[in-house]
Amino acid sequence: MADTGLLEALLRLLEKVDGGIDSQDVAADLGVDHQLIVGAVKSLQALGEVISAEQKSSKRWELTGEGREIAEQGSHEARVFNAIPDEGLPQNELMKMPSGKVGFSKAMSNKWIRLDKAHEGGPRVFKTVETIEDTVRDKLQLVQKGLSAKLEDKEKNELKKRKLLSEVTVKSYWITKGSSFSTTITKQETELTPEMIASGSWKEKKFKPYNFEAMGVAADCGHLHPLMKVRTQFRQIFLEMGFTEMPTNNFIESSFWNFDSLFQPQQHPARDQHDTFFISDPALAHEFPQDYLERVKQVHSEGGYGSQGYKYDWKIEEAQKNLLRTHTTAVSARMLYKLAQQVNTHTHRLMLVSPLFSSDLTLLCGIIFQEKFTPVKYFSIDRVFRNETLDATHLAEFHQIEGVVADYGLTLGNLMGILHQFFTKLGITKLRFKPAYNPYTEPSMEVFSYHEGLKKWVEVGNSGVFRPEMLLPMGLPEGVSVIAWGLSLERPTMIKYGINNIRELVGHKVNLQMVYDSPICRLDS
Amino acid sequence: MYLNNKMLFSIHILADEEFDELCFEFGLELDEITSEKEILIREQGGEKAEGASDVVLYKIDVPANRYDLLCLEGLVRGLQVFKEKLEAPRYKRVSPADGGEPQRLVITEETASVRPHAVAAVLRNITFTQERYESFIELQEKLHQNICRKRTLVAIGTHDLDTISGPFTYTAKPPGEIRFKPLSQSREYTAAELMSLYKTDSHLRHYLHIIENEPLYPIIYDSNGIVLSMPPIINGDHSKISLNTKNIFIECTATDLTKAKITLDMVVTMFSVYCDEPFTVEEAEVVYPDGRLSVYPELAYRTETLSGDFINKRVGINESAESIAQLLTRMCLRSEVSGEGDLIQVEIPPTRADVIHACDIMEDAAIAYGFNNIVRSTPRTYTVANQLPVNKLTELLRQDLTAAGFTEALTFALCSEEDIADKLRKNITETRAVHISNPKTADFQVARTSLLPGLLKTIAANRKMPLPLKLFEISDVVLKDETKDVGARNNRRLCAVYYNKSPGFEVIHGLLDRVMQLLDVKPGRNQGYHIQASYLKIYFNDSTFFPGRCAEIFSCGKSIGHLGVLHPDVISRFELTMPCSAIDIDIEPFL
Repeated sequence: MADTGLLEALLRLLEKVDGGIDSQDVAADLGVDHQLIVGAVKSLQALGEVISAEQKSSKRWELTGEGREIAEQGSHEARVFNAIPDEGLPQNELMKMPSGKVGFSKAMSNKWIRLDKAHEGGPRVFKTVETIEDTVRDKLQLVQKGLSAKLEDKEKNELKKRKLLSEVTVKSYWITKGSSFSTTITKQETELTPEMIASGSWKEKKFKPYNFEAMGVAADCGHLHPLMKVRTQFRQIFLEMGFTEMPTNNFIESSFWNFDSLFQPQQHPARDQHDTFFISDPALAHEFPQDYLERVKQVHSEGGYGSQGYKYDWKIEEAQKNLLRTHTTAVSARMLYKLAQQVNTHTHRLMLVSPLFSSDLTLLCGIIFQEKFTPVKYFSIDRVFRNETLDATHLAEFHQIEGVVADYGLTLGNLMGILHQFFTKLGITKLRFKPAYNPYTEPSMEVFSYHEGLKKWVEVGNSGVFRPEMLLPMGLPEGVSVIAWGLSLERPTMIKYGINNIRELVGHKVNLQMVYDSPICRLDS
Repeated sequence: MYLNNKMLFSIHILADEEFDELCFEFGLELDEITSEKEILIREQGGEKAEGASDVVLYKIDVPANRYDLLCLEGLVRGLQVFKEKLEAPRYKRVSPADGGEPQRLVITEETASVRPHAVAAVLRNITFTQERYESFIELQEKLHQNICRKRTLVAIGTHDLDTISGPFTYTAKPPGEIRFKPLSQSREYTAAELMSLYKTDSHLRHYLHIIENEPLYPIIYDSNGIVLSMPPIINGDHSKISLNTKNIFIECTATDLTKAKITLDMVVTMFSVYCDEPFTVEEAEVVYPDGRLSVYPELAYRTETLSGDFINKRVGINESAESIAQLLTRMCLRSEVSGEGDLIQVEIPPTRADVIHACDIMEDAAIAYGFNNIVRSTPRTYTVANQLPVNKLTELLRQDLTAAGFTEALTFALCSEEDIADKLRKNITETRAVHISNPKTADFQVARTSLLPGLLKTIAANRKMPLPLKLFEISDVVLKDETKDVGARNNRRLCAVYYNKSPGFEVIHGLLDRVMQLLDVKPGRNQGYHIQASYLKIYFNDSTFFPGRCAEIFSCGKSIGHLGVLHPDVISRFELTMPCSAIDIDIEPFL
């Protein structure tokens, strides 16, 4: 804070005037440097409504260094004149004076002096008048006193040409009284303290106003990753819809569960080295449910369950190959197989305890199947791996979101209905479905939603009804349909957070600032 | 594949929007609307495109299982039937005219080891135009890429029958004994010479591996010893077809007989339309080494019977059997109601090899009905949701770790061997890492065995950020495990790092205390948790951590991980410059 004396002097000056006062004038009046007045104005502003000050800029004439010298000691020509005694002065001596050269020619043209070139002992200078009037000095002194307005523009420009004056832009404040103007200063407190609360002194104090324009101090906290925030929301949606989470914590899968159990033939292009990461160590899976494996082999190579099959030589060696799962549907297959085992175990148990019913056994089993099979809704969100060419939207690993419903009599209309509910929770209500091909679902549908921004239909997911060739060898009852759908987690996240390159979202190259700054995720808004 | 306006006109479609809708409804992808000129400009620049045609072209992608839509002839035919502008043709196998002997292809036993199957057929009195000829060649190429699995399963050879004379012999010979003039070459080569000649051929070199290391190469001769083809690589020049070819002999050699039959059926059903007697195909006999004789093409029609009720219940509609039969007929599955209840007789033509189960028929009914005309209804399946315990714990811990001031990283599950071994001052053999056999780059050599490398790489990419950097990740690593069916298992880990001008061991130690508090484990030697110096690691000098600054973490007497200050070598190997401390624990014991 500027010195209180100065502040109060300024306030007293302001009290006397009507309207306002220029800070430059204040400086001149109080005889202090303008910068001090600027400081005082700022201090007073910080006190609240004591004064109000508006910044303005004006042009002002100011003496140059040489100009100040002249205002003090007289113009060069005057100094030359005054140096000449009545008997005159040799020209070469006069020229040795600091002002000699300039003063001589100016005094000559003013006709204050004359030069006698023929004088014995060399050229000699004599006064021609008794007294002179040093107007240059007078004018400069006027400017020095801040009275440059008394000079004509022509005069000022001439002095400027002689580099005695210069025109400068001056920033100043136009100061007026504020709403709580007073000529005495009360010191403002910056913060409330425990002492003030204890003593009650806060009641008497004035507090320095806060600058609400500034940003606050960044919160000292950690941040969740945006992709994981979106994952949390998708989990939440599935849980709200009554879906149970599948154990997808097994990245390494056998070709059997990843492909064969899904009725994906062994020559399918997805099983190529170009598309799938195979494992060299441990290269092979060593344990399969044998009777189920036989049924899978049969449905591929010969058909059955109402199917023609693919009619090729199915090889266990191909099914044993370990790989990094290419979809979480491998886990769905394991879960559906497990579900079917529960049905079958129950039936076997019944057969053991009830041999008497043997004649009605077939009928009874049918009933028991229906009674024992428990409908399920499953979901998972986890990593899958593809040995693909990488680009701005494709990485070798990404997260797949998958939903599966198994129950009696599910229809294609049911699948569309549940997809409608699911996407509504994502804020997407306009859906349409396109026939597609997928080796393990029939029918298969691509899900499109209308993108208001792009003004077109964009693909948002894939869906279908699992083929009987997949379900029946598992041992699921014939009337049970399983509907499923999937989408990637990365794509909706990139759209949500406006990210164009997947590397800016996933992996170690992400900018942590992006993680720090990303907002919470509400998918439906 | 590109369609033009003329073809659209033949399916009575005039507007682009209408065609777009049709494609969507039918399950085709209308990729773009363009012209020959635009394509040339894009692919070869403006100059080459001068004088090229402005005629509008529609680029279409077809589903991978619909081989019958792979060529223009089939696609337009399929859409015409769908729009009920045409009745699906009936494909017929016929004997040679005038009671002549059918063409015969004799397979010798030498083929057994390399490519044991072959099928054949003849297209008689065909009329090619430039367009038809190009489409014929293109279909073969598409089938080769698609159902033939880049010629590994099936290879197609087409020949001008009037330049050769049967019976034909399909045999296999040592490469040195095979000698002929191949397509587009001016002289004869031995098979061995051809293999080196085609090493640099941008197209053919992709097929060489199929037979390259076989002692015997497959080869087809006519009765005069003229080479028809050396499948699956190249045809002979002698029998090549041209615009003027009238009679075509088609052979498909294969390692998969089913696919060979389908491929042959596709070629003949698609192009018999240009024969004098459209949709007829002349039979050919194939004689197996054991003397069995088969007649091809099969052109088999199969009839399936299913009920209207089945379709209605699976799709979720309520249509009469007659109406469903009509829907199926529009999908080239000629159907009629059989008269018994609501049973429908569905005839599967040889073009629809994709129909192998009633569910395929059901899908076609649904497509013809229109997916988007089906009423959407919510299933009444009642279930109670459950979270996977390990994911539930992960979700809860993540929240609290951010509350403790740590920021969540998301790093790759795959990485290089170096990341998990050398850079961490570990020996790769001790990591129990799962190795990938076919990585395209070093970034995908192994599945990670630790979350630490990913976190350190994240810091390295963010060195410009203000210090300290506090990161964590709770995610899976993968370890070999003999007790699992696949020999490996995931393990859920919690890893956190503190990176600053001072190592901040106390910060990481404090984080451990906080995590244990959250898991309701008290400090203590027996039922609680404690940390103790990890002497073993110092002794073997293989530690990721700085000697004397590493402790093992025990919970209820069981080792669950480590914490400590990272070894300076580890820090610099990850291109970092500041001290860093880390914690790495298994959270599965807390489930």
